[in-house]
Amino acid sequence: MDCRREELLIAAIARLLEGCRNVAVGMLSPIPGTAAMLARARDPRVRVLGILSGNSFTNGGVELFDLAAQGRLDAFFLGGGQIDGRGNLNLVGTGDYPRSEVRWPGSFGSAFLYALVPRVILFREEHSRRVLVPQVDFISAPGPAAEDSRRRGGPHALLTDLALFTFDRERRRFCLESVHPGHGLDEVIASTGFDFDRLETVPETPTPDAETLALIRGPVAREIARTYPRFAAKLFPDAVAAS
Amino acid sequence: MTGNAPFSSLEELAAQVPDGAKLAVPRDITGPAMAATRALIRRGLRGLHLVCVPTSGLQADLLIGAGCVATLETSAVTLGEFGPAPRFAAAVKAGAIAILDATCPAIHAGLQAAEKGIPFMPLRGVLGSDLIAHRPDWRVMQNPFAEAGDDPILVLPAIRPDVALFHAPRADRFGNVWIGPRRELMTMAHAAKETLVTVEEIVDGDLLAEDEAAAGTIPALYISAIAEARSGAWPLAFHDAYGADAVELADYARLARTEPGFAQYLARLLELDGE
Repeated sequence: MDCRREELLIAAIARLLEGCRNVAVGMLSPIPGTAAMLARARDPRVRVLGILSGNSFTNGGVELFDLAAQGRLDAFFLGGGQIDGRGNLNLVGTGDYPRSEVRWPGSFGSAFLYALVPRVILFREEHSRRVLVPQVDFISAPGPAAEDSRRRGGPHALLTDLALFTFDRERRRFCLESVHPGHGLDEVIASTGFDFDRLETVPETPTPDAETLALIRGPVAREIARTYPRFAAKLFPDAVAAS
Repeated sequence: MTGNAPFSSLEELAAQVPDGAKLAVPRDITGPAMAATRALIRRGLRGLHLVCVPTSGLQADLLIGAGCVATLETSAVTLGEFGPAPRFAAAVKAGAIAILDATCPAIHAGLQAAEKGIPFMPLRGVLGSDLIAHRPDWRVMQNPFAEAGDDPILVLPAIRPDVALFHAPRADRFGNVWIGPRRELMTMAHAAKETLVTVEEIVDGDLLAEDEAAAGTIPALYISAIAEARSGAWPLAFHDAYGADAVELADYARLARTEPGFAQYLARLLELDGE
């Protein structure tokens, strides 16, 4: 099946969202946003909150955080300038804090949501040793600690342009789940700055089937164009033109 | 007709933010008062402790670049799809401003504590983040109501801004301000000592007279000054009223990468409003 890089990622994220009811999407997240819309297209019980929600919140910016603290939010997406092998995230910058060599925007809600949302999907398209590092320079949001039994939130998976990892809470390590078509295990190892677990043979990330692609390119594309017009126009020009 | 309603010009409103004030401003999509921000820069405001609720973009970057900010308390500063905030990054790297890095719900919680007149607010999560190590004003305590065992929880001091400043769709002639569903503006007004608002329009009638409008209205008792400023959030988008000026924002993102470029942009920007 002929499918684009973005469509493979969208389908992979939608599989990770299986079983979730309330999914929130942050700012500037067109691929996770499209995946959440795909999950909703397949199961109308899925609610997509946050940037794509229109006016589904009535208590201001705090409401997303409050409902996460109440345990109502099943899944969220986080990224980071650096992600390390223990699942620590850095959204602040490189070098010595506070006078960072490279300063990124800041931690946003990560320090809070990472601890409270059960299924946090780490999504970072760039798969390189400067992103996937042995140890982050600043911990915006920590991976789960060994003895932290009260924590319900944390990393569920890490998806990049090359591969999909799951996170093993007991071992506090990522495990390579699959490598995307057109890429190899050696490339993943060479591009990853931390050690990870893997099976002897690592499967290929499945490409979306015809039915899934039709959903993505049709109703989901038209839906996502309302929030991310530039993204949709580039990826799905036919669907956007037809709507 | 206007009763005690505190209507003023943009310049008079800007004059009510003293040097060194703790100034709370909303995130880009909620309605920063950009015309008022230009008035603050024009009058040479200095030493601000800027509290971004809970993030900022062009507004913080402009104020930092213009030398108005001494301390920045925020969860993030970014120009969104127009890229990183260049004056923010440069000032942090140079050590030109003190930075109090936070996380979004921590800023909301600090304002909610001030709103309730209590000294602090607990917040779940965040434990294990380096944010705590760099925030000596944040503490971790034991949950006094824990049924068994260890239950540490972060506590945050109340954030009581001297001034809250934002742009809203409309005010009535009694000084009530309609914000619709953007409740963080209500929290900011409750928490701050003074609240300064610019509005697209001042309307006849009483916003508190009907439930539909009253539910989204800040009563005049919290409001210190209101100035009418059409397109007062430009070049940012303002709810459904107008979109972002993409050309202007892209221009800013490009020019502000260097200090001379920023100075050139700022000179042109301040000229736009005239003297």
